[in-house]
Amino acid sequence: MTAENTIANIYTALEQVMDPEIPVLSVLDLGMITAVTIEEDTAHIKMIPTFAACPAVSFIQQRIREAVAAATGLPVCVTIDKEAHWHSKRLSEAAREKLRNFGIAPPGIHEGELRAEMLLNTPCPHCGSQHTYLRSPFGATLCRAIHYCKDCGMVFEQFKPLG
Amino acid sequence: MNQQAISDLITKMADDELILGHRNSEWTGLGPIMEEDIAFSSMAQDQIGHALALYRILQEHLGGTDPDRFAFLRPASEFKCCHLVEMPIGTYDFSLMRHFLFDHAEAVRYESLLQSGFAPLQQLARKLKGELKYHTLHADAWILQLCRAGGESYNRMQAALDTCFPLACGIFEPGAAEQALMDAGIYPGEQALYERWLHNIYLVLVKASLNMPDPAAITPAYGGRSGQHTPHLQPLLEEMGAVLRLDPAASW
Repeated sequence: MTAENTIANIYTALEQVMDPEIPVLSVLDLGMITAVTIEEDTAHIKMIPTFAACPAVSFIQQRIREAVAAATGLPVCVTIDKEAHWHSKRLSEAAREKLRNFGIAPPGIHEGELRAEMLLNTPCPHCGSQHTYLRSPFGATLCRAIHYCKDCGMVFEQFKPLG
Repeated sequence: MNQQAISDLITKMADDELILGHRNSEWTGLGPIMEEDIAFSSMAQDQIGHALALYRILQEHLGGTDPDRFAFLRPASEFKCCHLVEMPIGTYDFSLMRHFLFDHAEAVRYESLLQSGFAPLQQLARKLKGELKYHTLHADAWILQLCRAGGESYNRMQAALDTCFPLACGIFEPGAAEQALMDAGIYPGEQALYERWLHNIYLVLVKASLNMPDPAAITPAYGGRSGQHTPHLQPLLEEMGAVLRLDPAASW
């Protein structure tokens, strides 16, 4: 197998490694993978957590190791890429759509520093209304905020924007 | 480069986050409303994660030891946290005001570290800056809301500010080797951070109609950076390390 084929296989395998807290998104959808290389017959994967204190990081690394080893038969080395940091623009449009369908509002796109107003009027993933308000910038996981929709009366979560 | 001075800087930052993270986690299950229970629990999780990231820098770049052992088996006299973070959670107004003053201090510190000449700190600052913004947004929103409610709510926030302010000034206790760090471009020193912090909190306090105590008229709670602590730290450390000390060699 050529190195190019192997790397393509690794990406296919990574598409099946889902975030344990948002099981509709893979680590690729989330933009958590920053490099895939083959060096000295070992697959090297560099990844970044969304939030620094995310408790799922070691679990995700373990799942990446298992999936890539099964797909390639190679030893796998998964490391945290300290030179990159996660921001919400790393989410693909397809990932944003998957989030909405899962009932979580995707993060708003912003340039520069986050301001409180950016969290207001987040479109409701259930009815689409922007008649909503932020109930808390903290939610069930570190990456989620809690909003309330005044039109459909639903409490909903948002994947928090991060600059 | 002055390795000991960098280690001391990182240790005090990490110890502040570890201890306040544990204090904030004491709100889990006890918050006055569900959103605040979740908020303090989430901030606790963030802070303990940030402490771990800092202890890892000590381990990987500065000859430090295993983060778990460093965090949970050190005697109190070797901790460098400030007195503010050691205090019991008290009532919600105290914990909220402490969170407001502490997280604005964190924000200016990490903002300055974006320019740090010590690459691991500079990279961590880039990572944490956006997360800390949620802490200050949360604190500012509640300070304003509770102060604008007037009456007992306003009075309690003013009393909490008067109590917390001298403690919070202790965050910026000058360190012996600071000049070396400033000369090396590692960070701008405590006095510069203190002045930026005063400016930033003042902007919010004015909107909340709170009276900031005169910084010249209070005595900052110094001593934590050199290992002199309040009586509240020791019992907390005993509780935090209780499980690890049962069998320090156990594999989890």
